[in-house]
Amino acid sequence: MAGDTDVAVSCRGVLKTYGSGESLVAALQGVDLEVRHGELLMLVGPSGCGKTTLISVMAGILDQSEGECRVFGEDLVHLRNHAKLAFRARNIGFVFQAYNLLPTLTAAENVTVPLLINGVGRKEALQRAERVLDQVGLGARTRSLPSQLSGGQQQRVAIARAIVHEPRLVVCDEPTSALDHETGHKVMELLKGIALGRDRTLVIVTHDARIFEFADRIAEMDDGRVTRVVTPRSNLH
Amino acid sequence: MYRIALKMLMGDRGKYLGIIMGLTFASLIMTQQPAIFVGLIMRSYSFITDLGLPDIWVMDPEVQWVDDIKPLQDTELYRVRGVAGVAWAMPLYKGLLKARLPNGTFQTCIIVGLDDATLVGGPPRMVEGQLADLRRADAVIIDTDGAREKLSQPPAIPGGKRVELKIGDTLELNDHRALVVGFSKNTRTILSQPVLYTTYSRARQFAPRERKMLSFILVKAKPGEAVSAVSQRIRATTGLAAYSREEFMGVTFRYFLKNTGIPINFGVSVLLGFIVGAAIAGQTFYNFTRENLRQFGVLKAMGTSNWTLLRMILLQAMLVGVIGYGLGVGLTSLFGWAMRNTILAFKFPWYLLVFSGIGVTLICAFAALISIRRVITLEPAVVFKS
Repeated sequence: MAGDTDVAVSCRGVLKTYGSGESLVAALQGVDLEVRHGELLMLVGPSGCGKTTLISVMAGILDQSEGECRVFGEDLVHLRNHAKLAFRARNIGFVFQAYNLLPTLTAAENVTVPLLINGVGRKEALQRAERVLDQVGLGARTRSLPSQLSGGQQQRVAIARAIVHEPRLVVCDEPTSALDHETGHKVMELLKGIALGRDRTLVIVTHDARIFEFADRIAEMDDGRVTRVVTPRSNLH
Repeated sequence: MYRIALKMLMGDRGKYLGIIMGLTFASLIMTQQPAIFVGLIMRSYSFITDLGLPDIWVMDPEVQWVDDIKPLQDTELYRVRGVAGVAWAMPLYKGLLKARLPNGTFQTCIIVGLDDATLVGGPPRMVEGQLADLRRADAVIIDTDGAREKLSQPPAIPGGKRVELKIGDTLELNDHRALVVGFSKNTRTILSQPVLYTTYSRARQFAPRERKMLSFILVKAKPGEAVSAVSQRIRATTGLAAYSREEFMGVTFRYFLKNTGIPINFGVSVLLGFIVGAAIAGQTFYNFTRENLRQFGVLKAMGTSNWTLLRMILLQAMLVGVIGYGLGVGLTSLFGWAMRNTILAFKFPWYLLVFSGIGVTLICAFAALISIRRVITLEPAVVFKS
């Protein structure tokens, strides 16, 4: 077990239920998990096992019903709404399976969104967005609309958007599942190369066994619990 | 973030235009129909507004509106002249007569008989001839619209222009000869009947003989006298009704509101325009927001507050509202301009702009409200659902 100073995200006894009475469904049934600074942790498991619910709790967009989840020492459940929004805007980056780019904005404009939310001026935001797009290899496509980009390019824009405001935690939901093997591999190389750093932690939810090799650790989930945490070299299956 | 809101809105071209079309339609109906209504209502009291000189109109207390003539005895004129504060009081005849045209057809006309000596109560503006020409034998002055339309002769050759009345032409009024000596520009009346001016004594000859012939007494208050005080004195002294010009317009207006189907007919049109506009614009705007829920969810997840999202949606609603309102009002103005020389009643005063502006604002507020509710209650975790 790492020391507390090494821990970016700490979940203890996290329970998340939906509904009540007979229709009560427990999506998370007491999750204990730690994610370290600068670590790439993958959450894997069958559909409906609670992976997405867990990263939603870690990202502060869903409140757990019971237990504690501290992100960089902050217990998000107990933050006031405004403070929680500000915390999310500053510290969390998102990469989605379906990219979720705003279709009417150019690649550069999409990347500016987290900066604008953080109060950065439009001009400066555009300059920073273009720099990051350049880093992800899309320097020539800054003015393209998402519909004019391939799936891999759209995911690269999404990665640029996730890191442009230099968050400390990036959560990714199935970032490669909509991509072919080669493109998925490139996206993972990019995530590991650019998004991951000493001060930045990555949590990736995935089904895609082809990318397990990129993980520092893999947390296997089943039925709302983390059943084991392994390294990629372990035999997961 | 506002720029993003506008790009989100305008990027969905189909819905953007759909919302604007709905609001344009609503704005058009909510200005064009009331403009016609206002035009008609103003025509109902156009006879009063065209007659600018007197301060007070005196009439039988049972008169309900300007065309509801209940004649007075001529002696009432002298009683009114005797009231303190009255500078002068003149008789006015107003009635309907059938004019026989040279081709043998008949046309109902409004006959206005003016005081023989002063000709008080004459037309607002002479276009041809002079008011004093009424002192010539059998003289009448006709309003130009009447002369050009209802009193004109059929064309000499099929498909040709109608032959307008001209000075020197004659008409037959109740078996009396009437000589056209001039033309005036009047505001059209609600039934658009031609208006013929003549002297009071000649009008009494033209009209069928009755015991009472005096329709109204036109009164001017002495300088320094309050019109309301003089009216009050006339009412108290004579028992007659005495209204200022504005009061008499109000009496006529209220009669129309209460006793004709005009307000309800136009009200229904305006209401339908509002409902259809609200339905189209509201539904399309709501659909636009619903289809963009995932995008709003992404913004929420990234840390955008509900307050910012609310302002973004309000801005979107405001933009389509302003454009739709502008287009609707523009189309109404264009309609009014195109119809300016026709018989159509159309008046577009400033308060209709305010009225339709409020209507469009309500529609936009409604559309924004149902959308905002959906976005505010949206769980940002929706972004992880594929």
